[in-house]
Amino acid sequence: MGTLKKIQNNCHKATFLIEKRLIGRITLREKIELWIHLLGCGICRTYQKQTIKISQMIRQLFASANSEKHLDDTFKKDMQDRIENELDKN
Amino acid sequence: MITKTQQLEPRNWVATHADYLYAYAIARINDEEQAKDLVQETFLAALQKVDKFEGKSSERTWLTAILKYKIIDVYRKKSSGLVVNADVQRAEQEQSDFFEPEYGHWNNEHAPKAFGIDYHDPLVNKEFNSILQKCMQKLPALWLSIFTMKHIDDQSTDVICSELKITQSNFWVIIHRTKLNLRACLQKNWI
Repeated sequence: MGTLKKIQNNCHKATFLIEKRLIGRITLREKIELWIHLLGCGICRTYQKQTIKISQMIRQLFASANSEKHLDDTFKKDMQDRIENELDKN
Repeated sequence: MITKTQQLEPRNWVATHADYLYAYAIARINDEEQAKDLVQETFLAALQKVDKFEGKSSERTWLTAILKYKIIDVYRKKSSGLVVNADVQRAEQEQSDFFEPEYGHWNNEHAPKAFGIDYHDPLVNKEFNSILQKCMQKLPALWLSIFTMKHIDDQSTDVICSELKITQSNFWVIIHRTKLNLRACLQKNWI
């Protein structure tokens, strides 16, 4: 199998390069290989769309989760007491 | 001491920062009891360091930085030891037949298919988010730690690798594997 055929068939490598490009850098050669692969592979194009979306959703999820969780009052009071105790020691 | 307490007000920490720090911790370690402990430990550790506070950052930023180190410690502990190997093995097993062994082409059964996230905005969809969270919880501790540090905290790859003691190439393999499992889990559970 020629190099071109190998690139066209290797979705494992293509998805790896997609992930690496998303948050890091890939070489020029890798960029070209990925471009060729995506040109002919609809499945990996779908993968790419989805993985970008998933990253966005995760960032969003964490940004919104921040305001929802609260500590209960008993625990807060205990912590307050411990802090006061420590401070009064000095 | 007098000049420092003008900048830090430990007696107000609980009221001002406890909920914020708790939410911060829980988003990153997903364990309510442990998150509570971490907040408490953060305050106590901070009390010991009051003298070292230089007033260069806000009180909240300073406390968050202390918490961050404690979270990384948790990651480290979770991702070393025998249990870990088992959970990594299980996760690797899950994706062992995603690709054809010979050239690495997608296996038909596991090939990505459009499953709804491509078309509409699922951000408003609570159900989708809860599936996403469940899928993340299924990831091995080390993978989730790396993934969280990268995506939520925007930590540099160098920092993550040195904190968690992994190589760069291992880092990229794990990022790839994490996404493969996460995406597959979403496709399987979101119909």
